Amino acid sequence: MMNYIQNKLRSVGAQTLDGLASVGRATEVVIKASFILPRIGGFSLLVKQLFSIGVLSLLIISVAGFFIGMVLGLQGYTTLVKFGAENSLGPLVALSLVRELGPVVSALLFAGRAGSALTAEIGLMKATEQLSSMEMMAVDPLRRVVAPRMWAGIISMPLLAAIFSAVGILGGHLVGVDWLGVDAGSYWAVMQDKVDFQADIMNGVWKSVVFGMVISWIAVFRGYDCIPNSEGISAATTKTVVHSSLAVLGLDFVLTAIMFGE
Amino acid sequence: MSDDNLIKIRDLSFSRGSRIIFNNISLDIPKGKVVAIMGPSGTGKTTLLKLIGGQLTPSSGYVEFEGENVHQLGRKDLYRIRKKMGMLFQSGALFTDMNVYDNVAFPIRENTSLPEAIIRPLVLMKLQAVGLRGARNLMPSELSGGMARRVAMARAVSLDPDLMMYDEPFTGQDPISMGVLVQLIRLLNDALNLTSVVVSHDVPEVMSIADYAYIISGGKVLAHGDIEQIRESNDQRVKQFMEGLPDGPVPFHYPADDYKDDLLAKG
Repeated sequence: MMNYIQNKLRSVGAQTLDGLASVGRATEVVIKASFILPRIGGFSLLVKQLFSIGVLSLLIISVAGFFIGMVLGLQGYTTLVKFGAENSLGPLVALSLVRELGPVVSALLFAGRAGSALTAEIGLMKATEQLSSMEMMAVDPLRRVVAPRMWAGIISMPLLAAIFSAVGILGGHLVGVDWLGVDAGSYWAVMQDKVDFQADIMNGVWKSVVFGMVISWIAVFRGYDCIPNSEGISAATTKTVVHSSLAVLGLDFVLTAIMFGE
Repeated sequence: MSDDNLIKIRDLSFSRGSRIIFNNISLDIPKGKVVAIMGPSGTGKTTLLKLIGGQLTPSSGYVEFEGENVHQLGRKDLYRIRKKMGMLFQSGALFTDMNVYDNVAFPIRENTSLPEAIIRPLVLMKLQAVGLRGARNLMPSELSGGMARRVAMARAVSLDPDLMMYDEPFTGQDPISMGVLVQLIRLLNDALNLTSVVVSHDVPEVMSIADYAYIISGGKVLAHGDIEQIRESNDQRVKQFMEGLPDGPVPFHYPADDYKDDLLAKG
C-alpha cells in the first residue's frame, strides 16, 4: 500500500517536472525565434509562409464567416421581429461578429487548418533529420524554419478574423435584408451608429492578435519539440489543436472580462 | 604525432537516461584518411557523429576539432567550425520543398553573400562530381534512394569542408548505387583533400575504402588499427562482427530463463 502511494506520488512529481520543463522549452523557443534578427532573404521566407498559412486559410475562413453571418441574420431576425426591433439586426450581427465570433471562431478554424499543418510540417522536418542537417550546415532552424512560420501566424490571424467578420456581415445582409425584408438603409445606418471603432472593432482585433500569437506559439513549439516518429507527430498535432482551442476559449473569457467587464 | 589528427576524442562518456552509450572512449581521426567506425546496431555510432558535430553534449571527456574543444565553443564559434564539417545523414535529409539545385545551393546561400552568378558554377561542379548535374531540376521526391544520397553528398561538400561524416551511407542501397557511393566517398576524400569518417555496419564495403578502422561495441572501443590489423585480429568479438557469425560473444539469444522450465511453467 505504501509502495502504491509512493509510486503515485512519484509519478505526479515526474509529470509536474515534465510539464514545467516543457513550459521552459516552449519559452526558450518563442524567445529565440521572436528575437532573432532576420537576415537578407528573411522577408521572402515570411511572404512564402504568409501565403501558405494565411492565404490558403482564406477559403475556409470566408465560407465559415458567411454561414455564421447568415445564421446570425436568421436567428436575430426571428427574435427581433417579435418586438418590432428588426431594424437593429445590423448592429446585432456586426457586434456579435467583431466582438466575439469573428476572433474566436476564426481562431478555432485557424488552429485546425493552419496550426495542425505547422506542427506536422515542423515535426516531419525533425523526423526526417532536416532540422539536424540544417544545424550541421551552420544554419539555425529556429531562425530559418520556426521564426518565419510563427510571425506569419501572428500577422495572418487578425487579418483572417477581420475578413471573417466582414464576410459574416454580408451573410447577415443576404438573409436579413435580401430574403427577410429588413430595410437595407437601417441595416447599415444603425450598424454604423452603434458599432464603436475603439471599443468594438479594435478590441476584437486585439483579441485576434493574442489568439494568433498563442496558436502560432503552441503550433511551432509542438512541432519543434515532438518525438520524431509517426506516433510523436500525430500526438503533437492533436495536442496543437486541443491546446490551442482551449487556450483560445479560455483567453477569450479573460480578454472579454478585461475589455468589456466594467 | 597529435598534429596529424583532425579530431581528437578523449575519455568521452555519454548516456541517454540510465543507458550508458559511451564509457570513456578515446579515438583519433587522422587528417586526410578515410576512417571507418563500425559496430553493431544501437552502439551509438550516429550519436558519436552528433557529439563530434556539437549537436549533443557529452557527460564527461572532450572532443577536439582542429585543436578546439567543440563543446566549449559559443554558438557563433560552433557554427563557424560546423562550416568546416559536412555530414551525410542516414535519410539524406534533403529539403523536400526545394529542387536538387536549391538543396545544394542552400548552405552557400545561407552562409555566404556570394552572388547567384558565382553560386551557379559552384553548385554545378558539386553536382557534376556526384554525377547528377542533369538532375538539377528534379524534386527530392523524384529521386531514387541512391540519387538522393548523392545529392545530399553534394550538398554536404558544397562549403568545401575539411571533414565529411557519413552516417550509414550504404543502408538500403541496391548493389549499383552501393558501388557508386563507395567509390564516391573515396574519390571525394582524395580529390577535395578531406578527412572522412564513415559510420557503417556494412563491413565489406566500408573495409574496401577505409584506411583505418575502429570497432565500437558496448560503449567501448573494441579494436582499432589499419584494415589489415583488424582483419587479422584474434579477438573473438571482432571476428564475430567482421565475419557476421550469428552466435559468439554477442549471443544469439536475448537473456531468458531456462528454456525447458519456461515451456513447462504454468502460464
